[in-house]
Amino acid sequence: MIKSSLKQLAAALAAKSVSSVELTQWYLERISRLNPELNAFITVDPYRSLAQARAADERIARGEAGPLTGIPLAQKDIFCTKGWRTTCGSKMLSNFVSPYDATVIERLDAAGAVNIGKTNMDEFAMGSSNETSHFGPVKNPWDASRVPGGSSGGSAAAVAARLAAAATGTDTGGSIRQPAALCGITGLKPTYGVVSRYGMIAFASSLDQGGPMAHSAEDCALLLNHMAGFDARDSTSLEHPAEEYTRELAVESGDAPLAGVRIGLPREFFGDDEQSGCDPGVMQVVQAAIAEYRALGADVVEVSLPNSKLSVPAYYVIAPAEASSNLSRFDGVRYGYRASDYADLNDLYCKTRAEGFGAEVKRRILIGTYVLSHGYYDAYYLQAQRIRRLIARDFAEAFRQCDVILGPTSPCTAFRLGEKAADPVQMYLSDIYTIAVNLAGLPALSHPCGFAGGLPVGLQLIGDYFSEARLLNWAHRYQLNTDWHTRAPEL
Amino acid sequence: MNSWEIIIGIETHVQLATVSKIFSGAPTMFGAEPNTQACAVDLALPGVLPVLNKKAVECAIRFGLAIGADVARRSVFARKNYFYPDLPKGYQISQFELPVVSGGQLAIAVGQGDQAYEKTVRLTRAHLEEDAGKSLHEDFHGKSGIDLNRAGTPLLEIVSEPDMRSSDEAVAYAKALHALVRWIGICDGNMQEGSFRCDANVSMRRPGQPLGTRREIKNLNSFRFLKEAIDYEVRWQINELEEGRPIVQATVLFDPGSGVTRTMRTKEDAHDYRYFPDPDLLPLVIGEDWIAQVQAALPELPGAKKARFMSEYGLSAYDAATLTAGLEMADFYEAVVAVAGKAQAKPCANWVMVDLAARLNKEDREIGASPVNPAQLGSLVARIADQTLSNNIAKKVFEALWNGEGTSVDDIIEVQGLKQITDSGAIEALIDAVLAANVAMVSEFKAGKEKAFNALVGQVMKAAKGKANPQQVNELLRQKLQ
Repeated sequence: MIKSSLKQLAAALAAKSVSSVELTQWYLERISRLNPELNAFITVDPYRSLAQARAADERIARGEAGPLTGIPLAQKDIFCTKGWRTTCGSKMLSNFVSPYDATVIERLDAAGAVNIGKTNMDEFAMGSSNETSHFGPVKNPWDASRVPGGSSGGSAAAVAARLAAAATGTDTGGSIRQPAALCGITGLKPTYGVVSRYGMIAFASSLDQGGPMAHSAEDCALLLNHMAGFDARDSTSLEHPAEEYTRELAVESGDAPLAGVRIGLPREFFGDDEQSGCDPGVMQVVQAAIAEYRALGADVVEVSLPNSKLSVPAYYVIAPAEASSNLSRFDGVRYGYRASDYADLNDLYCKTRAEGFGAEVKRRILIGTYVLSHGYYDAYYLQAQRIRRLIARDFAEAFRQCDVILGPTSPCTAFRLGEKAADPVQMYLSDIYTIAVNLAGLPALSHPCGFAGGLPVGLQLIGDYFSEARLLNWAHRYQLNTDWHTRAPEL
Repeated sequence: MNSWEIIIGIETHVQLATVSKIFSGAPTMFGAEPNTQACAVDLALPGVLPVLNKKAVECAIRFGLAIGADVARRSVFARKNYFYPDLPKGYQISQFELPVVSGGQLAIAVGQGDQAYEKTVRLTRAHLEEDAGKSLHEDFHGKSGIDLNRAGTPLLEIVSEPDMRSSDEAVAYAKALHALVRWIGICDGNMQEGSFRCDANVSMRRPGQPLGTRREIKNLNSFRFLKEAIDYEVRWQINELEEGRPIVQATVLFDPGSGVTRTMRTKEDAHDYRYFPDPDLLPLVIGEDWIAQVQAALPELPGAKKARFMSEYGLSAYDAATLTAGLEMADFYEAVVAVAGKAQAKPCANWVMVDLAARLNKEDREIGASPVNPAQLGSLVARIADQTLSNNIAKKVFEALWNGEGTSVDDIIEVQGLKQITDSGAIEALIDAVLAANVAMVSEFKAGKEKAFNALVGQVMKAAKGKANPQQVNELLRQKLQ
C-alpha cells in the first residue's frame, strides 16, 4: 500500500480489497505514530475523516465512485474547511473554525476524497523552511534534523512520509515546488487562475496559486482534474475550458516518447555566468536528469532569462505589499486571536497584531506597508511591477525557442533546521529558481530526479501558459523510465 | 478692501439602488436587524474574494452618460487601506487613479423670481466603491457595537469641480444631482437613510487670486444642513483670515444642534491610505455595446425634457424647469395633459405647480403619494375648459378629490351639485332679484362708485352659491345696469 499510486488505490477500493475506512485508519495510525516527530499536521480529526470515509464506502458500494472517492488526502491548512480549525500556521487563527469550504475543498469533497488532516505550513505561507509556523517546524522525513522546505512543508512531508496518499499545497513564490524538491515528491503550480483562490487564505493575491503535491506526475494530474476549473467566486479565475490533465498520460509512445520536445536551458542557471550559487552536487544530479530527458528524445537549446536576477527583489516588493493589505483583516475584531488587555481601539489593534503574528509575518507587513507608502510607491511598487512585466516577456521570448524550461528547483537540498532562520535574505534566495514563475503566472512542476548527499533533489519544469497537461505528461514519461519518485524515506 | 470669493466643491456619496452588494450577493435592504445582511465576503472572513456586481457598473455608466461624461473603457479598482472596526477587510475597495466616469457637467437653477439664474457645474469624476459598516456607540454598556449590514453597499462617489460660489449654489447643485440620480433610477435619494450624503469643500480667496486652503465638511445628509454648515464655515473662515490667521487644511464635522463646524483632523494626522490596484479584481472593462445598451435604456433627461416641454406645450422656461425638476413631477404633468388635452397645457402646468404642489407641501408629501392622480386632475382641468366648472368651484372639487369624497370629477360635480350655471336666463333671474333687493347699491354705482359693481357681483355669486359663470355674471350685470 505504501507505494501505491492514486490509480492503484482507487482500483483496490473499487475491487473492495480495501475499504476507505480501512485505508483512512491505516493513514491515521501512521500519523499518530510518525506525526509527533515530523509535525506535518496541525489538525487531525479522526471522527470527521472516518465519517467521510464511511460516506465514501457507501458511494463505492452504490457504484458511484470517481477516481478520488475514498482516498485520504491531506489539506494544507491555508484552505478554509467547514467545521475544521483553519489556522494558516498562525496564532492569529489558532482558534478559527471555518464556517465555509474553499472551492478546492468543495471540489475534492464532491469527488469523495477523505480529508485526512490539515497540514502544517509557514505562517500565512511566508517562509521557505516551515520554521515560521506558530505550531512549530516540520521535520524532513529524509532527515529529521533538516527542514522540509516551505511554505507547504507539512503537505510535502506528509506525502513523503506516506501520511497521506497525496496533498494540496499553495505556491506564491515556490511554496509547492521547493518543499516537493526537498522532500522528494512531485508538485505542480498551475497557471495563475487555473485553481480557484476562493477560500484559500490570501498571502499575495496576484501570485498565490493552489496545486497538487503527490508521489508522481500521474497522481498530480489526477488530483488537478478535481482541483482546477473556473469559479465565479474568484474574479481572477480563468474562463478556460475544463481539461482532463490525465489525457496524454496513457498514450502509447515508443522508445523516444519525448521526440520533438525542445528543452530550454537558461544560461543564467547553467552557463559560466550562473548567478544563483547552485550547490554543485545538486547541479550534477540535475545535469544527469537532463541527460535522461535527452535520452527520451528531447532536444536541448540554450535560452536566456536576462531579468531573472531581478525576480527575488521584485517579488519581495510585490508579495509583501499585497500581504500587508491582505492581512489587515486580522484585527481581533470579528474572529481569530484578540489580545486580552487593551486600553482602547488602537491598543487593541497593536497588541492583537503584535501578539498574534510571528516575526516573519510582521517583517513582511512592515516591508509591504513601506513600499506602498506615499512617496515610495513609484520607486518600489511600480518599479517592481515593471520588472514583473519584463520577466514575463523574457519567458515569452524563451518559449519561442523551446517548449519547456528545465533547471534545479532549489539551489540546495534540505538545509538544517535553524541554518537560515536568522538570515532572511539567505532564506529568500532558496526560491531563486521558482519565484520568476509566479511573477509571470506560468505553470511549473518539480519532480524528484536523484539524491545529493543522501537528500532528494528536484528538477523544475517550467511551461508556457496552460501547458499543465504537457508538463505532467513529460514528467510522467521521465517517471516511467526512472524510479526516483518511488524512493521513500525509512521511517 | 476686496471682498472674499467663496469657493465650494462637493463630493457626494450616492448609494446605488442595487438589490445586492457591490462585491457580494448579500442584500442591501435598509433597516434590517444588525449583521443579518452581511455574508462571509462582507465579514471579510479569511479566504473570501470580491466579485463585482454588474448592476452597480450599469448605474455608473448610466450616470456618466446622463452628465455627458467620459465613461472609461478600462478602469481599475484600488484598495484604500486603513484600520477601523466597521471596515472589515482593513481596506475599502474603491477607485483611485482610473475612475469609471470622468468629466461631465450638471445644469443647476439657483434662486427664485427675479434673483433666479442658471449655471453649469463641471464634474471632475465619479467612481465606484463600497460603503463601510456602521459603528454604534450608544446602548452597549460603554462598548461600541458594529453593524456590518451596510458594509459593501455600492456607492458612486461623485466629485464636482470647485465651481460653486455660494451656499445657495451648493444647495442648488446638490438638489439637481439628487433629482438626477433619482431621475435615472440609480439611487432612491433617501437622505435620512444615508442614500445621498454630501461633503463640502470650502475655501476663500480674493477674486482673481489662486485657490485658498480648503476645509472639508463631512457627511451632510440634508440640504438644510448643507446650507447651514457652509454659511457657518464661510463666516468662520472669513473671520480667521481677517484676523490674520491662515486656514489649515482640515476635515470638519457640522453639528446641527449648535450650528457650528468642529475640526475632526488636520492634514498632519491625515491617513496615508496606501492605495494600490486590488489584485483580487481584474480591471473593469466596459465595451461599446454595453454603453450603447445603457444609452438606449436611458430615460429622456431633464434638459431634453425641459426643452421639449417648452416647444411641445408652449411653456415658459421657468414652468418647464419647475416641472422637470424631478421625473415623477414631469411624468405626472404629462399624464395630466394627456387627459386634459394639449390645448390646456398651461392650465395643467399651473394646477401641478401651484395648487397640487402647495397641497403636497402642506402635508409634506411626495408627488408619488398624491391622493389626486393625474387622470383626475386632467379631467378637472378639462371641466374648467368646457366651462362646467369655474376656477373657484374647481378648487372645491380638487379638495373633494384630495379628501377621497369621490373618485371621478364628474361624479363629484353631480353628487355635490357643483355644475356651473351658464344658462343666461337663470343668471338674469338671479341678477334681477339681487338688483331689486339692493337699490341703494345700484344708486351708488350709478353715482360713479365702481366698487359697488363688485359688491353686486358678489351678491349674485352668493345667490348662485358660487356656481354662476363669473364672466357671464359680469357681462349680464353690466348690461342690466346700463
